[in-house]
Amino acid sequence: MAAISREEVANLARLARIEMTDVELDHLATEMDVILGAVARVQEVAGAEVPPTSHPLPLTNVFRADVVTPSLTPEEALSGAPAKADQRFKVPQILGDAE
Amino acid sequence: MIHATAAQMAHALSAGEITSVTLTEQHLDRISQVDDEVHAFLHIDREGALEQAATIDAKRSAGEKLSPLAGVPLALKDVMTQKGIPTTCGSKMLEGWRPPYDSTVVTKLKSAGIVILGKTNMDEFAMGSSTENSAYGPTHNPWDLSRIPGGSGGGSAAALASFQAPLAIGTDTGGSIRQPAAVTGTVGVKPTYGGVSRYGLVAFSSSLDQAGPCARTVLDAALLHEAIAGYDPKDSTSINAPVPQVVAAAKKLDIKGLKIGVVKELSGAGYQQGVREKFEESLEELVKAGAEIVEVSCPNFDYALAAYYLIAPSECSSNLARFDSMRYGIRVGDDGNRGAEEVMNLTREVGFGREVKRRIILGTYALSSGYYDAYYGSAQKVRTLISRDFESAFTKADVLVSPTAPTTAFKIGEKSDDPLAMYLNDIATIPVNMAGIGGMSLPCGLAPEDGLPVGFQIMSPAMKDDLMYQVGGVLEAALLEKWGQPLLASSPSFGAI
Repeated sequence: MAAISREEVANLARLARIEMTDVELDHLATEMDVILGAVARVQEVAGAEVPPTSHPLPLTNVFRADVVTPSLTPEEALSGAPAKADQRFKVPQILGDAE
Repeated sequence: MIHATAAQMAHALSAGEITSVTLTEQHLDRISQVDDEVHAFLHIDREGALEQAATIDAKRSAGEKLSPLAGVPLALKDVMTQKGIPTTCGSKMLEGWRPPYDSTVVTKLKSAGIVILGKTNMDEFAMGSSTENSAYGPTHNPWDLSRIPGGSGGGSAAALASFQAPLAIGTDTGGSIRQPAAVTGTVGVKPTYGGVSRYGLVAFSSSLDQAGPCARTVLDAALLHEAIAGYDPKDSTSINAPVPQVVAAAKKLDIKGLKIGVVKELSGAGYQQGVREKFEESLEELVKAGAEIVEVSCPNFDYALAAYYLIAPSECSSNLARFDSMRYGIRVGDDGNRGAEEVMNLTREVGFGREVKRRIILGTYALSSGYYDAYYGSAQKVRTLISRDFESAFTKADVLVSPTAPTTAFKIGEKSDDPLAMYLNDIATIPVNMAGIGGMSLPCGLAPEDGLPVGFQIMSPAMKDDLMYQVGGVLEAALLEKWGQPLLASSPSFGAI
């Protein structure tokens, strides 16, 4: 049985906010099946007694002092925006008409 | 003097034998001559480079004290932000984007007076081992233009191997500095994680990404390493400790009594015959130089590739969520009728290439509830086991060694339809990233069967980067004596391409 169905891939694409054509979904479902089959072997050695490592350095909660430091001007911060207006990022409609 | 080492260029500059403007012009000329065929660069900053060179020359004339590499040109991987200069990460998503700030690496390069020639090609968002995943077309290996230059930093490595720049910056998440170095006959170093700031490095997999030096000699890499390394409060994972003395180590040329561990699991089946041969010959050189060779076993390395292809995609699926078409990058389909989410979906469809989409989907799957423990959680446990293997191996040896890549450069297009075959390129480099330790690749000869460069990998414990430079310096000197000339002097790219 396939580890992952085409419908599941379509759902993942929706969650990841990537529009995909039917051809792309078919192709990716096949590839994902092969890749997942190969990477699933991590489960062979991942026993309950082994603690997970998320990061190579033993760091937790690195804070800086709460002081104002020089930063980008509004013009600089907006310089790469696809659309802007009144010193703000201009975005397409976020909520539906009824909301 | 484009064929000289960066150290020789620096010496000629300080002796007044050449100006930085002339040296920079020579490299810009070389780029115009050969880069149509190599395609190492995505952007050339002719004006900015010459301006920077002129500033250094003026400072030198005025008698100012300058940094060791002041006036020497460099190629910058296009994943590092440089204020006002296009930064695409090899992706359509960032086409035309000019960052409003310098990465810390660029700030350090500028303050060291290193001249930035331009931005180099790479696999999209650093995901790949061949530079074929660039949205702007592949880079060609200067040793054989029909072959890949490695990846993701193929542009930086190819620029060095074709004498378009004596120094380059790379980034290494699973081997993206070391594997390109191996297949182009150049030197590449992944410093200890946290050794070089990630501020301004466009993130792929934050717990693995590390910037580092690329060069044609071990000493040049060391000089660049010291110029870019050090604590940076802007990167919360930066290590607040003194930079290892890598330049002194590269110059030491003595490894008597040092224990060198050959990792049993990183050799044998799956490694090309010529790669194994050159690796074995290099071990003999190290023995002649007075090192003791011991065999070490790291049994969990067999699971490193699988764990990497869960951890890196998981982190990438999260990191690349920032490309939402709202604040920077391209925006597709905003016709006034579509909502934000639809525009986001369309933009990400057009902006991302196949490999990036594949990894985002894989990462989204591995992180989804119901699968998290089985995939991402298990991969994190494997990461612990790999670190333990290294810890144990480093009690038996000062440094560990292996071939850098299982094969020499393959043909462009040969593996592009088989993701798993492509992923195998990183089998020997990935464990280093998983544990956050240091790794170097340096050229150790040409495989007899195809005449292409082979890379020798040296791995050193965290924050002991000096050890890999010490061993690398000795091996490089021994091989130079054996060959009578640097490996690149026998490359077809030494002259005109």
